[in-house]
Amino acid sequence: MQLHYQSQAVAKPYFIAAIGLFVGQILFGLIMGLQYVIGDFLFPAIPFNVARMVHTNLLIVWLLFGFMGAAYYLVPEETETELHSPLLAWVLFWVFLVAGALTVVGYLIVPYASLAEMTGNGILATMGREFLEQPLPTKLGIVVVALAFLYNIGMTMLKGRKTAISMILLIGLVGLAVLFLFAFYNPSNLVKDKYFWWWVVHLWVEGVWELILGAILGFVLLKLTGVDREVIEKWLYTIITLTLVTGIIGTGHHYYWIGAPAYWQWWGGIFSALEPLPFFALTVFCFNMVNRRRREHPNKAATLWALGTGVMAFLGAGVWGFLHTLAPINYYTHGTQITAAHGHMAFYGAYVMVVLTIISYAMPIMRGREANSERAQVLEMWSFWLMTVSMVFITLFLTAAGLLQVWLQRIIPNPQPFMVVQDQLALFYWLRWISGVVFLIGLVVYMYSFFVQDKPQPVAAGEVQPATA
Amino acid sequence: MSATFTKSMARNIFYGGTVFAALLFLALTFHTTWKLPQRDHRENLTAEVVRGKHLWETRNCIGCHTLLGEGAYFAPELGNVYKRRGGDFIKVWIKIQPTGAAGRRQMPQFHFTDPQLDDIVAFLKWTSEINTENWPPNIQG
Ligand code: HEC
Ligand code: HEM
Ligand code: HEM
Ligand SMILES: [Fe+2]
Repeated sequence: MQLHYQSQAVAKPYFIAAIGLFVGQILFGLIMGLQYVIGDFLFPAIPFNVARMVHTNLLIVWLLFGFMGAAYYLVPEETETELHSPLLAWVLFWVFLVAGALTVVGYLIVPYASLAEMTGNGILATMGREFLEQPLPTKLGIVVVALAFLYNIGMTMLKGRKTAISMILLIGLVGLAVLFLFAFYNPSNLVKDKYFWWWVVHLWVEGVWELILGAILGFVLLKLTGVDREVIEKWLYTIITLTLVTGIIGTGHHYYWIGAPAYWQWWGGIFSALEPLPFFALTVFCFNMVNRRRREHPNKAATLWALGTGVMAFLGAGVWGFLHTLAPINYYTHGTQITAAHGHMAFYGAYVMVVLTIISYAMPIMRGREANSERAQVLEMWSFWLMTVSMVFITLFLTAAGLLQVWLQRIIPNPQPFMVVQDQLALFYWLRWISGVVFLIGLVVYMYSFFVQDKPQPVAAGEVQPATA
Repeated sequence: MSATFTKSMARNIFYGGTVFAALLFLALTFHTTWKLPQRDHRENLTAEVVRGKHLWETRNCIGCHTLLGEGAYFAPELGNVYKRRGGDFIKVWIKIQPTGAAGRRQMPQFHFTDPQLDDIVAFLKWTSEINTENWPPNIQG
């Protein structure tokens, strides 16, 4: 099995880096998980907030690596032409990796206030807001890398065939870059700050990232199932219409209690209550395509990841999102472990899994075979179940903790202080941590599956070896 | 999906629907921006408050705490801490960190000067006066 276009191979370092950073993300998740129950664990060497920045920023950076790798892999194939500049893709890879690594090292070895001072936060203050903690040079680096990346992808698309899959991917990626610009807007009025902060965070995960998700899944399903392109692309347009029509105004579900007018309880509530629709459509789409498949692709693991994405994205984003999106409920659950439960399953089910789907599909081909050996696939499928089931448990334990937290701190007649409540949730936090360890085991099995060879077939001397198909 | 519903129809609905939703969202945003001054009391947004927000950000308090319900869930909500504890408590509290209590969640020592502590308190006080539609449900946050 050969790559259709040589330049698709630049996706490989992107995928490898993504997996490497994923491991780092999980290790810091486990550190925080312990700090939840052993409060002074690693204090003051790694305070909780530092571990959290590393955990969430690594998540975002490795997902971006995954998206870029996916684009480099699928755009040449969709446009039927070589990538505009593989060299640029390689340069950007190193720039992004080094910038990301330096940022994480900075978080870990320099006090945050000094980091801010050293990196020009005094010139333009953008740091210290959740998910947007990166120093100014890193933020600027992200913009430069994104622009050069879009140039590379855009030029490739200009000279080649234009398909709906690649167009949708491009719209998603352009949207991602444009919305990130709001990270540079940090008014001293906290209400305005929060209002536009969500234009990055919400409009990413419940807006443009869903287009990227749809495009990647559409591409992989097209290849795996051999279903007619027309059918797949019609589905994609339907899904992303639902996404943006509900998701843009659905931003309002974050405007209930931050000082914005009360009417957002209606606008945000109604539109965001419809946000599960695109995720439901995505699930139906995945199963429908696999059921109508016209070929049996030997890569069973990739099919499993694709179906898993459909199911888990719907559960994490659709079901767990809906759970707390209506204002009268969100009034009680806002900013509790319920939010954390939803955040974990949604990020995992949608974006982690779609990146693992494209890696599962593309990596074997980039390594010269249509699919991995039986043994490697079996291991990969084990890792799928280990990670996915443990994420379900993490979500369930956090949901249980969240319900108790809401009850004790916000509902009963004599509400208890935050720390008193947290003490009573320790059991659930321990169970979450154990689930996290299983998740890490799943991730190790996943990486191991890349190195498994098939057992060598013994061939008796003098016998003619049958030609392989 | 049926053959009468073509891909180009799907595409046009996508562009139309998206533009419509985006415009509606922008209109609501303009209206919100216009209404905000009554809700955030920006006449009280003094230089102290602005400096306090800057200290809040450069110490990454949001990495442990929630502020109006957004942030991290490791430590108490601070949007209403001014009402819960008062300014003096907040200053003393920040000064005596970390508690060092074995096994208890820890908050770092930030070495603030007294004027800086006043700025932080001013910021938390201003924040506690934002009209949040009565959130949080009670003083515990
Ligand atoms: C590493 C995590 C961490 C960081 C960073 C942090 N805090 Fe805390 N903070 C805590 C914890 C944990 C508690 C509760 C400790 C306890 O009760 O023993 C707390 C409690 C407080 C309280 C008392 C709340 C109450 O209701 O009694 C205030 C006020 C406070 N922090 C302010 C701040 C400010 C301001 C910053 C930033 C300059 C900050 N914290 C940064 C962890 C943190
Ligand atoms: C893949 C898609 C999604 C991802 C990755 C995601 C992720 C997240 C994350 C990380 C947060 C926490 C933000 C913070 O730190 O303050 C959050 C909050 C929230 N999400 Fe989602 N989400 C997704 C889809 C949805 C959907 C479809 C809905 C509604 C149906 C929804 C409803 C909410 C609500 C209401 C909150 C606010 C919680 C609170 O008040 O504390 N999400 N989401
Ligand atoms: C692929 C797997 C994971 C993903 C996608 C993920 C994602 C996230 C996200 C999005 C947040 C921010 C949540 C929010 O603001 O609501 C977060 C916070 C956190 N994560 Fe993870 N995470 C993963 C695995 C883990 C694991 C295995 C653990 C530990 C067992 C862990 C522990 C934590 C903790 C303790 C927080 C901080 C919650 C708080 O603010 O108090 N995560 N993670
Ligand atoms: Fe949202």
